[in-house]
Amino acid sequence: MARARIDLKRYPAFGTLTWACIVLLYAPMLVIMIYSFNELRSITNWGGFSLAWYWKAITNPQLHAATFNSIVVALSAATLGTVLALCAALAMSRGRRLRYQDTGFAIINLPLMVPEIVTAIGSLVFFLAVGIQLGLLTIIIAHTVFCIPFAYLPIAARLQGIEGYYEEAARDLYASRWETFRFVTLPLMLPGVIAGYMLAFIVSLDDFIITNMVAGPGATTLPMAIYGMVRTGFTPEINAISTMMLLVSALFVSASYLIGRAGDRKYNAQ
Amino acid sequence: MTTQSLRGDAVGIEQVTKIYGEGANAVAALKGVSLTIGDNEFFTLLGPSGCGKTTLLRILAGFEQVSAGKVFLFGEEIEQLPPNRRPINTVFQHYALFPHMTVEENIAFGLKRLGREPAEIRARVGEVMEIVRLGGFAHRRPGQLSGGQQQRVALARALAPQPKILLLDEPLSALDLKLRQQMRVELKQIQENTGITFIFVTHDQEEALAMSDRIAVMSQGEVQQLGTAQEIYERPNNRFVADFIGDANILAVTVLGDDDGSGYRRCRTAQGMEILCAGSGAPGSTPHVSIRPERIAIGAVGSMADGIACDVERVVYLGTNRQFLVCLADGLKLTVLVPNALRAGSELQPGDKAVIHVPPGTAQLLKD
Repeated sequence: MARARIDLKRYPAFGTLTWACIVLLYAPMLVIMIYSFNELRSITNWGGFSLAWYWKAITNPQLHAATFNSIVVALSAATLGTVLALCAALAMSRGRRLRYQDTGFAIINLPLMVPEIVTAIGSLVFFLAVGIQLGLLTIIIAHTVFCIPFAYLPIAARLQGIEGYYEEAARDLYASRWETFRFVTLPLMLPGVIAGYMLAFIVSLDDFIITNMVAGPGATTLPMAIYGMVRTGFTPEINAISTMMLLVSALFVSASYLIGRAGDRKYNAQ
Repeated sequence: MTTQSLRGDAVGIEQVTKIYGEGANAVAALKGVSLTIGDNEFFTLLGPSGCGKTTLLRILAGFEQVSAGKVFLFGEEIEQLPPNRRPINTVFQHYALFPHMTVEENIAFGLKRLGREPAEIRARVGEVMEIVRLGGFAHRRPGQLSGGQQQRVALARALAPQPKILLLDEPLSALDLKLRQQMRVELKQIQENTGITFIFVTHDQEEALAMSDRIAVMSQGEVQQLGTAQEIYERPNNRFVADFIGDANILAVTVLGDDDGSGYRRCRTAQGMEILCAGSGAPGSTPHVSIRPERIAIGAVGSMADGIACDVERVVYLGTNRQFLVCLADGLKLTVLVPNALRAGSELQPGDKAVIHVPPGTAQLLKD
C-alpha cells in the first residue's frame, strides 16, 4: 500500500463542515439567481417563472449610465494597471537586481494587504488635499493602484517561467533590445498579461468601497447604483443585475485562469 | 603575443580575464586567457564544468563583458559590441528555440532582424533546412519535435544568417549516444562545407578528439594545453591534461639523465623501475610521467624478451578491448589495455603471473 497522505475525510466533522461552508457561500447566490426569475415583486415568495426583471434591468436608463461608467473605469484602470505591472515585472525579474527590490515588491502588493477602507479614505484625503475634482478620473486613478498587484502576480509568475536563454538567443540573432521584447519576451508572456488584465478588469468592475469614497456626484458605477437601489427597496430587478454581474465575473475569472494555464502548458511542454 | 599577429586570425583573444563578484567574494572564471583561432577552423574548448570554457564562449557571443583583456574578430576589437552587432551566432545547450514560432519562423528570425528581402529569406531558410536535413518540418512548432530534430533547428537557425563564427555550447549533450555520434560526423561535414569557423564547447573528450582541428584544454580559468587532438593525447604537457584526456597511468619519477643517442630521458620510478621517457626534465628533478594503457604490451611469462614480471590482479572485458590491472614486483600498479583482436594476454586470469613491456618513449614527462 502506498503511504497515504493524511485523509481528511476520516476526521469526524469534515463532511458537515464542508457542506456548511458550501451552503453558506453559495446558497445565498443561488437564492438570488432563482428569484431573479420570479414573476412576483418579491424576493421571498415564488410566483412563477419570468424574464421580466431582466428586461426591466436591461432597459433601466439609470443602470445604463452606471454600467457605462463602470466599463470605462474598468477598461482604463485595467489597462493602466497592466502596463505598470508589466513594467514592474520586467524590471524585477530581468536586468540587474535593483536596490530595495524586496521593498519594491512589497509596495506593489500593498493594496492586497491594506484594509480597503483605509485605502479608500487615504485616497479620498489625498485627492482633496491635492485638489483633484472628484469624479471618474479619481475613480480611475484609485482603481489603477489596486489593479496593479492583481495584474502583477500572473505576469511575474509567467515571466519567471520564461528562461533567460530565449532572450539571449534573440539578441544573438541580431535583435535589438526592443525587438527582443517585441518578438520574443512579450509573445511568450502574453498569456500572463491577458490573465492579469482580466483579473484587474473584474476587480475594478466589482469594487464598491473605494469607488464609493472617491466618486464625485454624478460619477456612479454599477455597484454604487445597485447599492442605491437596495436602499430604496429590494425588487428582483437587483437579483437580475446581480446574476448578470456574477456571470460576467465568472466568465472573466475562468477565462483568465484558462488562458494562464494554456500558456504554461504550451510553452513549458518541451 | 602582439596585437599584430592577432589581426590575421578569425578570433584573437588577448589576456582575457573575467571576474565574478566583488571584493572577498570575487571569483576569477578566466585568468588571462590568450589564444587565436584561424579562419575555417573547427576549434574546441574542452574542460570539466567550471573550467571557464562556457564563460569564454559567452564573452565571444557578447553575453558577458570581459573584466580585462581584448577580443578581436578578424582584427577588429569587439569586446564592446552588443551581441546583436556581432556576426557570430550560437547554438545553445538547451537549443533555446522560440516556442511560439514555427521551425521556419525560428530559422528566419536572424535574417529578418538583419533586414533581408523576403524572397532571399525564403531561399536561405530552404537552403539551411536542406543542409541540416529538416525538409518537411517547416510548419511544426519546436514542442512537436524530438530532441534530435530540435538540435537541427537550432543549428539551422544559427547557420542561416551566415555568421563568420558559429559558437556551439555543448549542443550534443542532451542527445542519446547513437544520435550524438551521428551528429559529430554531420557537424564536422557542415563545418567543412560551409567554411564557417566553429568554436565548440564540450566536456566530452571523445567529442573533442573526433571533430576538432585544434583543442584548447581548459582548467581553472586557464588554457592548459592547445594543440591538435593527436598532440594533446600523445604529448600532454601537464598532469591535468594527461589525466583529463583519455586514461593514463601517472607515476612519479626521478630523472636520471639523457639516454645516449635515443633522445629520451632515463627516469626511475619511486619503486625502482627504469623507463625511457619522452619530453624534457632536468637530471635530478622529480616530475610525473604519463603512460597510456594501450601503449603497454602484456603477455604470458616467456612471451617477450625484455618483459617485466608482474601479477595480474584484475581483468575487465570491455568489448573492443580487455583491460588488465597488473602489479609489478616492486609494488607499482599499472593499467594495461589490449585490443581483443590481438589475442595477446587473452588467456591471462586474475592471479596469473605475466610480463609487460613499456617501449622506449611511450612514457611522457609532464609538468605539474
